[in-house]
Amino acid sequence: MYKIAKASLPQLYKAIAGSNALYLPVKKAGQTNYAPWTEDAEVDIETLKTVKSAKDAFFPQSETLYTCIRDGKKIRIEAEELINESFVVFGVKGCDVHGVEVLDRVFLSEPVDTFYAARREHGIIVALACNEPELSCFCKVFGTDCSEPEGADVVTWLVGEDLFWKPVTEKGEALTGQIKELLEETDDTAVNEKKAEIKDIAEKIPNMHLSLDGWGRDDKLERFNSPIWEDLYKPCLACGTCTFVCPTCQCYDIKDYDTGHGVKRYRCWDSCMYSDFTMMAHGNNRTSQMQRFRQRFMHKLVYYPTNNDGMFSCTGCGRCVDKCPSSLNIVKVIKAFEKEGK
Amino acid sequence: MQELINRAKELLSDGTVARVLGWRRGDLPYNPEPAYFSDEASLSEFVYNGFCGANLSKYMIEASKLEGKTLVFLKPCDSYSFKQLMKEHRVDRGKAYIVGVGCKGKLNMDRFNEMGIKNVLDVKGAELDDTCDKLIIETLTGEKTCEYKDAMLERCHVCKGKEHVVYDELIGDSADTVDADRFAEVERIEAMSPEEKFEFFRGELSKCIRCNACRNVCPACSCRKCVFDSTKFDSAQKANVDSFEEKMFHIIRAFHVAGRCTDCGECSRVCPQGIPLHLFNRKFIKDINTLYGDFTAGAGDEERTPLTSFTFDDAEPGTI
Repeated sequence: MYKIAKASLPQLYKAIAGSNALYLPVKKAGQTNYAPWTEDAEVDIETLKTVKSAKDAFFPQSETLYTCIRDGKKIRIEAEELINESFVVFGVKGCDVHGVEVLDRVFLSEPVDTFYAARREHGIIVALACNEPELSCFCKVFGTDCSEPEGADVVTWLVGEDLFWKPVTEKGEALTGQIKELLEETDDTAVNEKKAEIKDIAEKIPNMHLSLDGWGRDDKLERFNSPIWEDLYKPCLACGTCTFVCPTCQCYDIKDYDTGHGVKRYRCWDSCMYSDFTMMAHGNNRTSQMQRFRQRFMHKLVYYPTNNDGMFSCTGCGRCVDKCPSSLNIVKVIKAFEKEGK
Repeated sequence: MQELINRAKELLSDGTVARVLGWRRGDLPYNPEPAYFSDEASLSEFVYNGFCGANLSKYMIEASKLEGKTLVFLKPCDSYSFKQLMKEHRVDRGKAYIVGVGCKGKLNMDRFNEMGIKNVLDVKGAELDDTCDKLIIETLTGEKTCEYKDAMLERCHVCKGKEHVVYDELIGDSADTVDADRFAEVERIEAMSPEEKFEFFRGELSKCIRCNACRNVCPACSCRKCVFDSTKFDSAQKANVDSFEEKMFHIIRAFHVAGRCTDCGECSRVCPQGIPLHLFNRKFIKDINTLYGDFTAGAGDEERTPLTSFTFDDAEPGTI
């Protein structure tokens, strides 16, 4: 266990950025989101939740796959280069680290997504424990311990005037080696006290005790055909807020952009809430908003766990709880089914 | 609130309406959702308090296609949106039974967070029967209080007034919540240099994640299919691929709703990135007022509006 004074964090960022690209929560125009570190960036690691999750670091909202360039009568195809330099994502909360684990099972299983795999190979995750989990949080339901995130390369804690730093993996050790002169060795007494304090707060949050009974099991059709969906979806505006702030939504679309002298083929996050989601030549296999709404929750709570040893593809970050314009969210869906005894 | 529930029950049981469109109690004290109630029993979950900011007018486009009348609860500002949709023939007045509800200003959870009030377990003082001048908030870390006004949505500080412009009956009193100049922020931006303006809007709009919440919630955005949803459109509606959302999307949308936007403020309320989208609309409203005389979309019965009529006295582009 190491520590560094909070006041020295700018030096820490600078040192990390010396040999890695560094992404961390930055406040811009009043909102905190992950952004590349610069000397004049307003770093904000105190805000509990960035608006968007840390997902962009490994699976950006839009990325070019390749470019076709017209050259006389020939067409030249240039593949986009894969990331081949290390980068650090700093300040990632337990729910977002868990989110990366959910994405791994999708993108790293055959056929492997090379763009994602390259980012995972070169990305180093520095997690930060949540000092004050909020009422909208329910990460514990999915097995996440926000007082000590699992799956990161380094775990950090903000305690008093210090940031405590604990390397967990080889990558984490290597990163620690790069910045060792800034760190001071220490024991874990303060961190253990903090962890107990965080767990205490988490325990008091009602949704941390949400029951997932009945989800993830095999009787998909019964749940699929439930009349509850018809009532639940009604306020949905069919916007993409829930899917775009979600750390685990991984659906994407592939599109062409006409550059005037060729084509850029890019992929961008898709949203099952949008009417053109999975649009094919024959049309769309989900023709109503109820069907699209149901798809999102069936995917997170039934289809994904069925295909992934019971692991849910929600991490309880609560961003949809905070951000849905109509105050709909996965917690309300879970509670609605529980109330009906289904 | 009980008065609203009782009236809804009466109108349901005497067959005046087939359903009720209102707000349903959420699982947290501050997150009620728009909802339909089809029988008296379901109305036990009906709620109307300071957290019912959602404007139900746009839901009436779909409700107009249903069998029978829908009872809809509209706040004074919501009624402007409904009337504008009526004028655009997007809702059927005959299919609506409008109960105009009083409003004492609606609350914004972001304001609570900014005041350091988190983990809200219960809020007292936000019911229609309350005076709505002080809130007592029970949190995980103890009781807190704040001025009602300090937690209000921006739009309520520049409220259009207590009058409903269309209704069948009225229930409940409204409060005067205005304590700011509606065009002050627009004037502040107008006074900026072009470079400062560009920086301001770039800073705000670069946060856009193309979730389309602003468009989908907007009562003036009622096209059956949005041009941005066309598969033939070059820039996908969901990709923040380049600076399109910074320089085009929101500006095109603001032009499209100019003269029809009632300044209901839903765009800014729902934006997950806190972009003050209403400023674009308000700039247009201010310009329309200056060039063609004071005009409020959704307020009057006129068939021709400043941007859909021509007179020889109209301002010429060269004189602006």
